[in-house]
Amino acid sequence: MSSPPEPLVIEAGQTERHYWRDLWRFRELLGFLAWRDIKVRYKQAVLGIGWALIQPTITTIIFTVVFGRLAGMPAGGVPYPVLVLSGLMAWQLFATALSGSSGSLVSNSNLISKIYFPRLIVPMSSIAVALVDFMIVLLLFTGVAAWFGIYPTWNWLVLPVFVLLALLAALGAGLWLTALTVKYRDFKFIVPFLIQIGVFVSPVGFRLDFYPSWEPLLSLNPLTSIIAGFRWCLLDGAQVVEFSSLLSGITVIAILNLTGVWYFRRTERGFADII
Amino acid sequence: MSVISIRQLGKRYVLTHQPRSDTLRDLLMQKIRVLTRWRRQSARASTEEFWALRDVNLDVESGEVIGIIGKNGAGKSTLLKILSRITEPTVGRIEIKGRVASLLEVGTGFHPELSGRENIFLNGAILGMSREEIHRKFDEIVAFAEVERFLDTPVKRYSSGMYVRLAFAVAAHLEPEILIVDEVLAVGDAAFRKKCMGKMQSVASDGRTVLFVSHDVGAVTSLTTRCVLLDQGRVALVGPTDQVVARYLEQDSHSQAVYEAAPRGTDLPQLTRVEVLASEGLGLQAAGKPLELCFDIAHPHPIKGACFSFQIVDQATRPATHAWVHDESQAFARHAGSTRLRCRIPATRLNVGHYALNVYLSEPPGGTVFETLASICPFEVIKLEPPPLWGWRADACVYHEDHSWAIEDLAPSS
Repeated sequence: MSSPPEPLVIEAGQTERHYWRDLWRFRELLGFLAWRDIKVRYKQAVLGIGWALIQPTITTIIFTVVFGRLAGMPAGGVPYPVLVLSGLMAWQLFATALSGSSGSLVSNSNLISKIYFPRLIVPMSSIAVALVDFMIVLLLFTGVAAWFGIYPTWNWLVLPVFVLLALLAALGAGLWLTALTVKYRDFKFIVPFLIQIGVFVSPVGFRLDFYPSWEPLLSLNPLTSIIAGFRWCLLDGAQVVEFSSLLSGITVIAILNLTGVWYFRRTERGFADII
Repeated sequence: MSVISIRQLGKRYVLTHQPRSDTLRDLLMQKIRVLTRWRRQSARASTEEFWALRDVNLDVESGEVIGIIGKNGAGKSTLLKILSRITEPTVGRIEIKGRVASLLEVGTGFHPELSGRENIFLNGAILGMSREEIHRKFDEIVAFAEVERFLDTPVKRYSSGMYVRLAFAVAAHLEPEILIVDEVLAVGDAAFRKKCMGKMQSVASDGRTVLFVSHDVGAVTSLTTRCVLLDQGRVALVGPTDQVVARYLEQDSHSQAVYEAAPRGTDLPQLTRVEVLASEGLGLQAAGKPLELCFDIAHPHPIKGACFSFQIVDQATRPATHAWVHDESQAFARHAGSTRLRCRIPATRLNVGHYALNVYLSEPPGGTVFETLASICPFEVIKLEPPPLWGWRADACVYHEDHSWAIEDLAPSS
């Protein structure tokens, strides 16, 4: 075993300086924590996968009835259930990742008060579960879409870009929320509320491109362009992603992540003392 | 070569004297209150600085096993947290040469739903082992923990003993140059504790450095040769373990020559006064002279079959001798009131050194234990006779047997 050539120095402000190097060193821990969360989530495999499927199925049915039948919103030739499910996939990926990362520090408090590692690892690793859930729903979608006669096209290859955007949006907001929750525990009540209203504010159950007057305002919500992107990929270009909308979405995500990392890092040093 | 050097280390916490604003509502309410009272009075929170550690200087040599002792709140945990980088110091500097593994808790990050096998990997990664390293040591860890048959059982079904064994096994197979251990030996059964101690000793004999924090003075004494005594965040004493431990026990709260307790006002029997009547007075007992011990017990109700015993323990709290009296052999405390027990040792055979008493008052075995007192009434045994060639040494033995020598001149070699 080789010892590091230079001695480790501990003094005030030292952790700051080697932060990103340490983050890289602890990358294996990142993997292990993600693996743990996934393992625990799917430990009882039947229920784990079941839950990942039941939720979108029921939501899709309800949204199809409410938005498609009762409100009679236009679908532009796409079968309404497929339209809803494609939007819902993006939304659930975001929502699962957000609730996972925003609660991650408190649920890992035993680690934080006993072991040193760059704390950013915790919210980052907690996102992995959302990705696995997403894969399962993607399988469901493929089946449902095929039943309605919609088959995968080359557009699918762009999907990872929008998946990544959804995860980054969740991480940016999650960083803020999880750091705030360490100090102010009531932020954990805000997340379910956000997710509850977010599914209606985001164009999950309807197509926004038929309401152009609302678009500038709603495209501040990064999910707007992400959902549009999902539909472009999965529904063979049935919905086009507005460039301006995408740009404002990416800007919001970037701001969330930059300020999120800034706030997280600023409060991180105190986590072990107050958690 | 010193592997850890600590210079002028300090950690400050700020205590806020106001209802803590741990929920957002508290914070908002407080801000509103501050705004509305602004003119009338300053509603600002009064804060107080509290130095959990102050001016700590210490050098730890390579291959050394060093103990850290001190009362609760003396700063032991804070020092360990800083050394393991969980929290940052406020001032000062530490240089560490080599990989550090800290074991502040057994089984950190164990997940109850995961199997033993999965937890070995998870816990290993959390403690800083690489995946490949864990693979390499996997069998060894499992053998050490003796959990082969339950490897694929979720650890929530483990007995607490198995859980602790597995957790310690993972940690014990880290190969850091510096191992920081906190109180881990306070768990598990006697056989396993022995195994843990052995493992720690072998870590040390491999030339690696161990920092060992414990309340168990016995464990500190048997493991370490040098010790640090922390008191109110400062280093009170650094030196050979026996000296430091002696000082630690002295500053213990029971360090009065006479133990006295005010009646608790309950119906239960209670020790109200314990005194060691040492032969020379002032807590000095001359070896070979009689020693008398005096115990006052208040018992508002009669005790059925009372049992009383005491141990004389040495400075590492190892019992040197045990004496007892039972109601069966000599009736006592059969009526409500109070009783004085006097124990006379005609000639003490204790070696020189510092001793104290552990006292037990109970019903017969299996019944209620009314009171146990540890390390009270310290006294010192001295020898008035001329010392042997090497002087009187407290660490030579615990007591001296009466003995005589017979010397014969066997056939001289020609």
